[in-house]
Amino acid sequence: MSTRTKPRVGPLASRLGTSPHLDVDALLDDPSTHVVVCCGSGGVGKTTTSAALALRAAERGRKVVVLTIDPARRLAQSMGIERLDNVPRPVPGVVGSAGGSLDAMMLDMKRTFDEVVEAQASPEKAQAILSNPFYVTLSSSFAGTQEYMAMEKLGQLRQDARKSGRWDLIVVDTPPARSALDFLDAPERLSGFLDGRFIRLVLAPAKGPARLMTAGVGVVTNTMAKVVGAQVLKDLQMFVAAFDTLFGGFRNRAQQTYELLQTKETAFLVVAAPEADALREAAYFVERLDADRMPLAGLVVNRATPALDGLSAEQAVAAAERLEPASGDGDQDGSRTTAGLLRLHADRARRVDREQRMQQRFQAAHPRVPTVVVPALSTDVHDLDGLREVGRLLAG
Amino acid sequence: MSEDRKPDWPGVALHVVTGKGGTGKTTVAAALALALASKGKKVLLCEVEGRQGIAQLFDVPPLPYEERRIAQGPAQGDEDGGDVYALAIDAESAMVEYLQLYYRLGGRTSRALDRFGVIDFATTIAPGLRDVLLTGKVYEAVERNSRNKKARRYDAVVLDAPPTGRIAQFLNVNGEFGDLARVGTVRGQTERVMGLLKSRRTAVHLVTVLEDMPVQETADGIAELRASGLRVGGVVVNLTRPKALDDEARDAAIAGLLPRAQIEEDLAKVGVDVTPELLEGLLEEARSHAERRRLEDEQRERIAALEVPTYELTRLPDGIDLGGLYELAADLRDLGMA
Repeated sequence: MSTRTKPRVGPLASRLGTSPHLDVDALLDDPSTHVVVCCGSGGVGKTTTSAALALRAAERGRKVVVLTIDPARRLAQSMGIERLDNVPRPVPGVVGSAGGSLDAMMLDMKRTFDEVVEAQASPEKAQAILSNPFYVTLSSSFAGTQEYMAMEKLGQLRQDARKSGRWDLIVVDTPPARSALDFLDAPERLSGFLDGRFIRLVLAPAKGPARLMTAGVGVVTNTMAKVVGAQVLKDLQMFVAAFDTLFGGFRNRAQQTYELLQTKETAFLVVAAPEADALREAAYFVERLDADRMPLAGLVVNRATPALDGLSAEQAVAAAERLEPASGDGDQDGSRTTAGLLRLHADRARRVDREQRMQQRFQAAHPRVPTVVVPALSTDVHDLDGLREVGRLLAG
Repeated sequence: MSEDRKPDWPGVALHVVTGKGGTGKTTVAAALALALASKGKKVLLCEVEGRQGIAQLFDVPPLPYEERRIAQGPAQGDEDGGDVYALAIDAESAMVEYLQLYYRLGGRTSRALDRFGVIDFATTIAPGLRDVLLTGKVYEAVERNSRNKKARRYDAVVLDAPPTGRIAQFLNVNGEFGDLARVGTVRGQTERVMGLLKSRRTAVHLVTVLEDMPVQETADGIAELRASGLRVGGVVVNLTRPKALDDEARDAAIAGLLPRAQIEEDLAKVGVDVTPELLEGLLEEARSHAERRRLEDEQRERIAALEVPTYELTRLPDGIDLGGLYELAADLRDLGMA
């Protein structure tokens, strides 16, 4: 939670419709925007949103690279990134008449991690690390590694962009985290572990004389050996000893990326669906970004049910019931369809009401977050045309 | 519903519920727990991801590492429902409990371990240990025996598990951790846990929605579970759209051939104030609904090809609240899942 003070906003300031509109095109066109990070809970359309923003920016003249985490196969195919090779590739079919371009890549977290190790350690040491079972887990299944490696890759791309001028905008999709906050915490958590007291402790017997072992240390290591076996402790000591020299490098890089995220050249977009869970996560995220002084550009509410005014849910149900009672009548086919349309509309109208209530709650708590609402599409997005359509809707 | 219908999962003591993010995995797990809690039965609903999803769903304060009664099962006829308990399992608490239970380590040692960051470290980075601890606690709840007389015994345990992409790895605790720890007492423990997870007393259910990616992940998840020797339960197809239009009307809606004049006449007949915008809007709603339903049907076929029992839950227009959970529980019973 933020500890900064903010002007109090009264309840009247937060009625529906008072949220400022999020101007996506202005954000994408602004030459000082160099990084756009899309975050939010799983299943809200983050990957599609990132890809659509990247394509739109490219076709409006920016030189864009989009880093996706886990795109749907057909979308990945249409963007030419179904191969996981951890290198940005040009996306075929992008209209470059405005002078822009679009490259895309899919994150391979293990490979990214391996590359960092290889770049920072001597070949023998790298080999020792890469084959250690603790490293294998850390690099492939540690909760947080994917987030950390997304940040690492972002740092690399930004550096590359500055040096080569190949890109002037990086769009990042964030991993479908257990909690939306994981990717901000992951570097800290990881380096916390690698730097932590326990590691020092495990390292101590390998480095120093046994007399350094205090009674407490003895209890700890003996217990660990009893529970998991002495071999595990040995593996761990080897891993820690080999990894030790890399700690500093890791911390620095994580810190640099974190600082990059705080600069004005970065814009965070929180993506949500008009559902209680997703908006709750979005609210946490907004508060967290504020607390960490990360620049929030706005909220994207995806998959909203399009509203149709003029007939309430109750009216539609009543009308449908009046059309339906004479079941079995020969000439009622047409009326049955009409009743079906009314039931369909009632279902939608109720959803529209509920979604608007959810959004109102969010707005009441965060009235100053610029917002854009994207209506649900009736088909899945799996090609550039679909992405263009989403981009058009994002731009309002 | 037919009163004498037998549920599809006799003898299953542990129902593991997984699903891709956004498919309603927690909701389905909760509804299943309610559905299983018929008269006189006790059901435990567990979560392991620290999200407090159960508490939010049942609108109760955050759950501790302690079993709490959170709901009564739905009544059936004259009979009251059974009891649903909930437990939020976290690896740190599970490890402290484990050390106390199996090593009789008192609070002082636990504190020493904690002070050195061992518990934090062990539960986060030691390969697979976290999953061993989480599934170990679930195992304890399922296999609770006479040794611990005070403990509550459950007729069924429902686990709101990690998402589909990680489920096989999560349940296959022997794999990763077993490779690492070839000796030590944890090894013996993981083998007992695997014994339960791979038995006929466990079923892994997968929740999906009728969209390309979740269905793909479901298919991949089933293949992985089977490859690991874990028993695949049912596929719960969640959030399906209402079937308000028949096939013919849907085809007509997509082709733009709905009988506009008759619809207008019908609407006027029952007192709807028909404007051109409203009529156009209703036809457009029908078209987009029909398109979605067509995509749903494609995905339904892919799911049918998986050849596992499926249970369809229609999307509730008012979203999920406590009342909605009971509705879904009733649906699951009618469908024979519980």
